[in-house]
Amino acid sequence: MTRYNAWNVFKNGLTGQKGWDRAWRDPEPRSEYDVIIVGAGLHGLATAYYLAKEHGLKNVAVVEKGWLGGGNAGRNTTIVRSNYMLPGNRQFYEKSLSLWENLTNELNYNVMFSQRAHITLLHSPAARDAAARRYNTMRNTGSDGELWDLAKLKKEVPHLNYNNSRFPIMGAAVQPRAGNARHDAVAWGYARGADMQGVDILQNREVTAIKRENGRVTGVETSRGFIKGKKVALAVAGNSSRLWQMAGFNTLPIETHKLQAFVSEPLKPLLDQVVVFGVGHAHFYISQSDKGGMVFGGDIDWYKSYAQRGNLPLVQDVAECAVSMMPCIGRVRLLRHWSGVMDMSMDGSPFICKTPIDNLYLNAGWNYGGFKASPASGWYFSDLIANDRPDPVIAGHTLDRFQRGYIIDERGAGPDPKLHG
Amino acid sequence: MIRINCPFCGERDHAEFNYGGDATIEYPALDAPVEDWVQAVYERENIRGVQFETWHHQFGCRMWIVVERDTMTHEIHSVRPAHEGIGSALKGAGQ
Ligand SMILES: Cc1cc2nc3c(=O)[nH]c(=O)nc-3n(C[C@H](O)[C@H](O)[C@H](O)COP(=O)(O)OP(=O)(O)OC[C@H]3O[C@@H](n4cnc5c(N)ncnc54)[C@H](O)[C@@H]3O)c2cc1C
Ligand SMILES: [Zn+2]
Repeated sequence: MTRYNAWNVFKNGLTGQKGWDRAWRDPEPRSEYDVIIVGAGLHGLATAYYLAKEHGLKNVAVVEKGWLGGGNAGRNTTIVRSNYMLPGNRQFYEKSLSLWENLTNELNYNVMFSQRAHITLLHSPAARDAAARRYNTMRNTGSDGELWDLAKLKKEVPHLNYNNSRFPIMGAAVQPRAGNARHDAVAWGYARGADMQGVDILQNREVTAIKRENGRVTGVETSRGFIKGKKVALAVAGNSSRLWQMAGFNTLPIETHKLQAFVSEPLKPLLDQVVVFGVGHAHFYISQSDKGGMVFGGDIDWYKSYAQRGNLPLVQDVAECAVSMMPCIGRVRLLRHWSGVMDMSMDGSPFICKTPIDNLYLNAGWNYGGFKASPASGWYFSDLIANDRPDPVIAGHTLDRFQRGYIIDERGAGPDPKLHG
Repeated sequence: MIRINCPFCGERDHAEFNYGGDATIEYPALDAPVEDWVQAVYERENIRGVQFETWHHQFGCRMWIVVERDTMTHEIHSVRPAHEGIGSALKGAGQ
C-alpha cells in the first residue's frame, strides 16, 4: 500500500499519477473470521481498525449491505465536540476528541479535522447558568470551555442577528478545541487503515439472519452466502432493532428516526466556527465547509421513520431558523438536502455492551451525535470485543441501565427518544 | 407531507399533528414488578413496516388518534380515535 506523503505526491505528479494503489481491496470472504462486524459505517470501520491495531486481531470482516460510508457516516453535519457532562459520557467524548486530534497522523489520511471552535448561543440567564455548570465541569475534567460575553461574540462572529427581539443573544458557551472534520475521509481513512492490516471489508452484502447454535452465535447469513464467525458485533446505526431481532431478541430502548441536513451553494469565507442555536423546540447548527458551502441542520422529523428521505415541514423550520439567526444567508440557494436514519435511544446516550448472547456485541443508540464519537466508539468497542469486559469508561453504557435506574440523560428530557439530540 | 385523515376534522397535513409514539404499549398496574414497567416505559419493538402509533391533533381538534402507518413508506392504512366511543360521546355532548 502506497503511503500518502509529500514525496509520493511529488513522484506521482511527475509519473502521471500511476503509482497509487487502490485504497482497500474487494476480497472474497474467508472460511471463518475471529470477529465479524456488521455495518461499515464509522463505528464498524473504527472498531475493525482498532481491533487489528490495538488488539492484534486481524482475522476480521466488516460486512456492509451497501457501500462503506454510505449510511450516516456520509450524511452527517460533521460536528465534533466533547461538551458532555455526565459521568461516563464526559470521559468517553473527551477520549474521542483526543483521538481526533491525532487522527490524520494515525490513519495517514487527511481527515481535515479543523478545530475551529463550537459556539452555543445563549439566550437567557438560565441557559447561561446551565452552560456555566457544564463548561466548568469540562474544565475541571481536563477539557476546554469558555463563556463569551456579547462583545467578544460580536467580534468573533459578526454576521449573526444581534437584533432578534424574541430570542436576544446574551453570549455564548464555547469549546475552542471542537470543530469539524471531513466525514467521507474518516470512513475512507479507517477503511484503508483496517484493510492495510488485513481486515476484509465485504461490501454489497446485506446481513439477513444471525445464526445461533446452543446459545451462541455462529455467523451471519448474507445476501451472498453464509459467513462463519467466532464473535459477531453489531454497529448498524438506525437499523439496530432489526439486527437485534435477527439475533432472536425482541425489544431495545431505541426508536428509529430520521434527521435531515442541508448544504448551500459555495460562498466566500463567511463563518469561521460551528454555531449552534437552540431554544425550546427550535434547533439549528451551521458551519462552512472547506469548499465554501454552508452546512446546516436542525431537528429530527419528529415522527418515527426508516425512510432515508426528509419531509418538507422540517425544511421550512430549518430555513426559518437560518434566516432568523443569520439573515445574511437569506438569499443563498440550497444545493442539496438529504436524510439519514438513526437510533434514538431512550435517554439520548449510546450502548456499547455485551448482550445476553455471550459472543454477540452491541454498538448502538448514537442518536444524532455519533460522528464525533466514532474514534472512541471504535476504541472502546474493540477493547470490549477483544477482552470480553468493558473498560470502566463505558461500563455504564449498557442496556440494563434503565432497569437499574442509571440512565445517562444529558438533556434531562425523559424516556421519549425523539426529544434527545 | 404526510396527510392524516383526522376522524374529527378530516384530512390534514401531518404538520398540524404531534407524533406520540407506539400505540400498542399497555401500562401495567401500579404495583406490577419493575421489569414490567421498564418494558412499558423504555423498551420498543421499533418496527420497520406497519405499526400502530399515537398522534395528537395539536393544531386542530386537539384529540389523540391512533394511526396505522408504514414506517418505511409512510403510507397510512387506518386512523381512529385513541379512545373508544369518544366520537359518539362528543356528539351527545354537542346536542
Ligand atoms: C443528517 C445527520 C446529521 C448528523 N450530524 C452529526 C454531527 O454533526 N455530529 C455528530 O457527532 N453526529 C452527527 N450525526 C450522527 C452520526 O452521523 C451517526 O451517529 C453515526 O454516523 C452513526 O454511526 P455509523 O457511522 O457507524 O453509522 P452508519 O454510517 O449509518 O453505519 C451503519 C451501516 O450499517 C449498514 N447496515 C445496516 N443494516 C445492515 C445489514 N442488515 N447488513 C449489513 N449492513 C447493514 C448500513 O448500510 C450502514 O452503512 C448526524 C446524523 C445525521 C443523519
Ligand atoms: Zn382533528
